[in-house]
Amino acid sequence: MRRGPSWFNITAITLGFAFLYLPIVLLVIYSFNASKLVTVWGGFSTHWYVALLSNQGLLDAAWVTIRVALLSATFATILGTMAAIALVRYGRFPGGTLFSGMVFAPLVMPEVITGLAMLLLFVAIGFARGFWTLTLAHITFSMCFVAVVVQSRLVSFDRSLEEAALDLGCPPLRTFFTITLPLILPAVVAGWMLAFTLSLDDLVISSFTTGPGATTLPMKIYSQVRLGVTPEINAICTILIGIVTTGVIIASIVTKRREVERQRAERLAFQTG
Amino acid sequence: MAGKSLTAGKSLGPIRRAFAPWNDPTAKPFIQFQNVTKTFGDFTAVDDLSLNIYEREFFALLGPSGCGKTTLMRMIAGFEEPTSGQVRLDGQDLVGVPPYRRPTNMMFQSYALFPHMNVWDNIAFGLKQDGMPKPEIAARVDEMLALVKLEKFAKRKPHQLSGGQRQRVALARSLAKKPKVLLLDEPLGALDKKLREETQFELIDLQVKLGMTFVIVTHDQEEAMTVADRIAVMDHGKIVQIATPAEIYEQPNSRYVADFIGEINLIEGTISAIEGGITTLDCTGTGAKVQVTQDGGAKVGDTAWFAVRPEKVAISLTPPADPNVNAVTGEVWDIAYLGDVSIYHVRLSTGATVKATITNTTRLVERPITWDDKVWLTWSRDGGVVLTR
Amino acid sequence: MAMTTDPVTPGHAGWLRWLVVAVPYLWLILLFLAPFLIVLKISVSTTAIAMPPYTPVLDFTSGLGALWEQFQEFSFDNYVFLTEDALYWKSYLSSLQIALISTFLILLVGYPIAYGMARAKREWRPTLLMLVILPFWTSFLIRVYAWMGILKPEGLLNQLLLWLGVIDQPLNIMPSTLAVYIGIVYSYLPFMILPLYATLEKLDETLLEAAADLGCPPIQAFWKITFPLSLPGVVAGCFLVFIPAVGEFVIPDLLGGSDTLMIGKTLWAEFFSNRDWPVSSAVAVVLLAILVVPIMLFQNAQKKVTE
Repeated sequence: MRRGPSWFNITAITLGFAFLYLPIVLLVIYSFNASKLVTVWGGFSTHWYVALLSNQGLLDAAWVTIRVALLSATFATILGTMAAIALVRYGRFPGGTLFSGMVFAPLVMPEVITGLAMLLLFVAIGFARGFWTLTLAHITFSMCFVAVVVQSRLVSFDRSLEEAALDLGCPPLRTFFTITLPLILPAVVAGWMLAFTLSLDDLVISSFTTGPGATTLPMKIYSQVRLGVTPEINAICTILIGIVTTGVIIASIVTKRREVERQRAERLAFQTG
Repeated sequence: MAGKSLTAGKSLGPIRRAFAPWNDPTAKPFIQFQNVTKTFGDFTAVDDLSLNIYEREFFALLGPSGCGKTTLMRMIAGFEEPTSGQVRLDGQDLVGVPPYRRPTNMMFQSYALFPHMNVWDNIAFGLKQDGMPKPEIAARVDEMLALVKLEKFAKRKPHQLSGGQRQRVALARSLAKKPKVLLLDEPLGALDKKLREETQFELIDLQVKLGMTFVIVTHDQEEAMTVADRIAVMDHGKIVQIATPAEIYEQPNSRYVADFIGEINLIEGTISAIEGGITTLDCTGTGAKVQVTQDGGAKVGDTAWFAVRPEKVAISLTPPADPNVNAVTGEVWDIAYLGDVSIYHVRLSTGATVKATITNTTRLVERPITWDDKVWLTWSRDGGVVLTR
Repeated sequence: MAMTTDPVTPGHAGWLRWLVVAVPYLWLILLFLAPFLIVLKISVSTTAIAMPPYTPVLDFTSGLGALWEQFQEFSFDNYVFLTEDALYWKSYLSSLQIALISTFLILLVGYPIAYGMARAKREWRPTLLMLVILPFWTSFLIRVYAWMGILKPEGLLNQLLLWLGVIDQPLNIMPSTLAVYIGIVYSYLPFMILPLYATLEKLDETLLEAAADLGCPPIQAFWKITFPLSLPGVVAGCFLVFIPAVGEFVIPDLLGGSDTLMIGKTLWAEFFSNRDWPVSSAVAVVLLAILVVPIMLFQNAQKKVTE
């Protein structure tokens, strides 16, 4: 049997990744375009980035977005981790099916429905729309993504580790914080990052659930995009892409390094043992 | 098919005893490896190896993991191509022939049963590939199901079967196409000991009945010795010895083979004399001379090893009467009681330990020889062999 | 062993277990389930020029006696309206059609990529996986926006084609339904690749060896072994793509033309432009009714993974 990459596989991967990355790369390149006409190359310039700094409306929106993202990601991680534990460990409780349904549905629910529904809730209970409604809405949909990420780690978790801790006299809550949490931490961190970027990116649900004074960056971008492609938007998008890419790459390098170190330690132990 | 022989009535003796084509210089080899080398990166899995396997032979490749035995088998199946050298089957050069065009079939260690197909479809899979007419496929599959006694399980999916049943489906699937060679990759590794032993005899029955060539890869020396006509003991990509099970056991050609197959006492020494068919070793380990009726190709002055199986060593509380047997004396250090036999670990005054096996022919009430007893260990001159490597 | 710490019934830790279940449960009931009931309720109210722009039905403060009267005020006018105006049912149908065709296209594009990744050298796989996930972390809006620069009449694609001499008039790719397909395929591709890769990577390669050993050439082995065994991934990927694509708003809004009807766009316009909350609620309820079967199938598939 032939091992390794075949001609077909290499072609599929190359074309696939070209398709995935070419639009983004072009967008980034054209953010450094000196010309006001987006599609005509007029030389290299960081002009549009400088222009961003003087756009107060944009900076305000960015500040709102970051605060919402930090808050909602943190709460979504706590709630999502709890939901994951509830699903994996206590799967059979009254209303368990409803619960798992509510956890998985937001993953695929069209955002226009979720957004409309939450808005109507806030209106019905007379909650003034703004920063807090935005944050609550973001927590709700991103906690489900966290739950799925953490759940997949918990499914493969060796429960005898917890049983060993309990057996050695460690109470359940402390077992969770000293044994379970450190071991599922990579998934929890990944969940937090996912929740953060979901919140950072969201347009549709935010548009429904926000109110005056709490305009997010995607909403700002959207209102400008509708008017056409401008180098200024390319510049904002490039910055956002840069932040997310750096975050993901750092995270993956950290996990990779840990993995390599673990493997080396295992090899060493094996050789000396 | 537990216990019952497929060739009901007759013993396999007449067939098995007379079968020895490897001793016949005119016999044509069926599978031929000629100077085959296989490397993966800078790792040499098979190293300039030549080997002949004959038609209707049950051939075992035996060795520890990583010795190249599986790679060798996968080259017959076509999953690996040799880096250099030739592999021939029935005179046809196999190099470059893809696995799906080779007249060989394999029973995988993991069984590799298709999880989305039931037993019937698994067995029919290979036949459908050949474009065999449907009624013939049905007849052959039914025949195979009967052969492995799984008629009632035809509609089950693999995950609904026990380990032993899965093993038989895998066997039936690989036999269905009536291949020229059946390759068995650790076929019984996943079964428990009792079932494994039963199945070993069933495999022999099948092989004789179907008159097919079987090549088995195993790391279990008992399994190899039970089923095979000949065994190739492998180490680091090379064959160390090819011989019948009895030869491998009684006349190992090296310490590696002697140690790999069964229990053995190995005692280092220097050849001091070879006279009248009797080789004398000065053994520092036992502090005594050892006389053997075989020289293993050694010359006087060579360093050599004397190898003797524990069951060939007798143990007694009194010195031997016959001056022609080898004898050493020591104290019983430990006893392992295994039920059928007991293994005595006797420590000599030099500090070396020699093992002796006693068959427990009577029910054990009180051991005649026990811990700390001063004992004599004796063995005849033809009880062991001299090894030079 | 300490008696009180039996892991199966955690004894005094019962409250802990209760808390872990109850907090996210209540949260989701209050902020996910309850809103849908409110949508249902408002979809049977009548429009009013006020803030909020509907007359409330089911005012629980007025007691049980009044409840029946309120029930009688239920108005299905909004639903009747949906059937009368062709815009709505055309939007639903065209949404389903676009989502269905897109799902098929994504499967067609995504399968070879996932397959190639799963067959790549082991040390390469984590990197490839990260490369698929990376765009998924990048804003949806930005990725759609990136295509606007490429597809618009004076965009990069037309410039390239004009320069190559393939065309002499700019193509009107955007805005159009074709651009919507491109946008959906592009944006949702990782959702298909990830579950496909997960099943293909787990596939036991000895099964393919066994098929080859039994005389099955590689392409046949793909259809007889690989593809059937990757079906769970295909199903999961299709649901992950199809369900949200039906309700997609951003892509048809930015890339689609005025003739590209999609229900997400219609709902958005109904809500933000017409400010007709009851009708938009009715639109949402019907959309949900259409999607409830796929969503439940998806949940079942997900639950199986958990168990």
